[in-house]
Amino acid sequence: MTDFRSYYGRPVVRPAVWRKDIAGYLFTGGLAAGSALLAAGADLTGRPGLRRVGRLTALGALGASTYFLVNDLGRPARFHHMLRVAKPTSPMSVGTWILAAFGPAAGLAAVSEIAPRLPGGPARTAATAAGRAAGLAAAAVAPALATYTGVLLADTATPSWHEAYPELPFVFAGSALAAGAGMALVAAPLAETGPARRVAVAGAALELYGSHRVENELGLLSEPYKQGRPGRLLRAGRALTAAGVVGALLGRRSKVMSVLSGAALLAASVATRFGIFEGGIASAADPRYTVVPQRERLDRITRTPSTPVTAAPERAPAQD
Amino acid sequence: MDNAASPAAASGYADPPRRMGFFTDTSVCIGCKACEVACKEWNGVPDDGFNLLGMSYDNTGGLSANSWRAVAFIEQPAPPKAPDGGAGDLRWLMMSNVCKHCTHAACLDVCPTGALFRTEFSTVVVQEDICNGCGYCIPACPYGVIDQREGDGRAWKCTMCYDRIGDGLTPACAKACPTQSIQYGPLDELRGRAEQRQAKLHEAGETSARLYGNDPGDGVGGDGAFFLLLDEPEVYGLPPDPVVTTRDLPKMWRTAGLAALTMAAAVVAAFVGRSR
Ligand code: SF4
Ligand code: SF4
Repeated sequence: MTDFRSYYGRPVVRPAVWRKDIAGYLFTGGLAAGSALLAAGADLTGRPGLRRVGRLTALGALGASTYFLVNDLGRPARFHHMLRVAKPTSPMSVGTWILAAFGPAAGLAAVSEIAPRLPGGPARTAATAAGRAAGLAAAAVAPALATYTGVLLADTATPSWHEAYPELPFVFAGSALAAGAGMALVAAPLAETGPARRVAVAGAALELYGSHRVENELGLLSEPYKQGRPGRLLRAGRALTAAGVVGALLGRRSKVMSVLSGAALLAASVATRFGIFEGGIASAADPRYTVVPQRERLDRITRTPSTPVTAAPERAPAQD
Repeated sequence: MDNAASPAAASGYADPPRRMGFFTDTSVCIGCKACEVACKEWNGVPDDGFNLLGMSYDNTGGLSANSWRAVAFIEQPAPPKAPDGGAGDLRWLMMSNVCKHCTHAACLDVCPTGALFRTEFSTVVVQEDICNGCGYCIPACPYGVIDQREGDGRAWKCTMCYDRIGDGLTPACAKACPTQSIQYGPLDELRGRAEQRQAKLHEAGETSARLYGNDPGDGVGGDGAFFLLLDEPEVYGLPPDPVVTTRDLPKMWRTAGLAALTMAAAVVAAFVGRSR
């Protein structure tokens, strides 16, 4: 049933008022998480170049994330009101605390990259050790940082976000891995990028699988992800992901190929995030996506199909 | 009082007063908009623009940060009055919409600052000195009620005149309503009254009369502000089967946890898998 009734075609639920900052944050938060994970792995396996790129990217992306989150508030000067409470029923509250744990750790790990420039001896050793501890702490929090945003979007009445709750955390986890790996392919020394290539493959697989499901398994609520700008963004994301993975696998020995495929993976992650973000907004803006699934659910339960307009007598026929 | 009957008790109030609510009986609404005006006057709510929307007599357009009561106007072909009566007349449906003060309120659940809170009367209110305009409550509400005020940045909605009811006064809209389409009182009393009204309308042949939001078993645990409608909810711009989004939140967190583990495992495998 796609026929439905509405009040002058007005939306029933309200589309999020979040600006592009939040879509941007979905990307930068994921990039920070993916980079922190790669940096920790690189640190433990003796790949200093990959480690440095990961740590510095994580810090840069964290800075961008903070800017986006504060800038999108209606009252940016009240950002700290988020810290009044810790509420498990609010994914935004949970996310605030995840960021509060991730931020200092990722920051310290990045700062410790000056260790090689310190005079030898205790100062350098201490900086290296602190960097490792901080980097591991950041990596421990990173998977939560990358995936809570899926819950953030799904925990709304926005039809195509809510319906996609089983998929969104996987899409975002994959997108975060692919973005982190993409940055490593762009900036890390070629000889150390082996793990980044494997992470790129895993991330791309998760991202492609998840977004395929989002675009095809949600019935009517997949529609907003296939049409218009969200559809174009998600298709572009898919193509760029595929190109990036192929490039990452074939370009092991070529810096140019590595940089290009890394850039493609980063662009893919941006496109996917914006596609998911805008697809949800589109689903809230059209009452069809709210009314039709709810009406179908009701009709399944009560087995009484919706009454036509004329079924309501104006007053009792007997009295006329 | 058990917690299901009193969201205030469930939120930790030791001995809350009775749950207060609105029953909006649309069958007697005359579309005068006294409620809209009284609400704006009492609560100091700014105008919503002075627009002609081409939606019958509705130039408010629905609830928003600056309209906490909004009267909907629907023009429909009325059914024939007798079997041989030929084509019917036009009929108007009018309904004064408002925040539902849900038993399970998504806006309140997702608010990360604690600005939204449950009052002792079991209503849901935003504290304007706490809200930082994060906007999360806005897509969370299954009825599209709460909204961000432009130029102000914070979220605003009906408070059920929290400042009046604490003093034993009736909320401004209910006080101003000349037909008692808007009734204010203890919710359990209102529910009983609404059932009687529905039965009476059915007896009179108005079989399309139905209650909306009165059922504590619905997807939001029942509304603190519920309605008697003469057509399907979606005709009035209301969702036919709203569900509080946080009902699925435990499943969402589990999914995210699984995705996070998958992610960590993929990175570990990438580093230990091969040596290059
Ligand atoms: S109707 Fe919307 S704004 Fe009002 S209490 Fe329910 S969820 Fe909150
Ligand atoms: S906009 Fe204000 S009331 Fe709404 S969730 Fe954010 S802090 Fe809470």
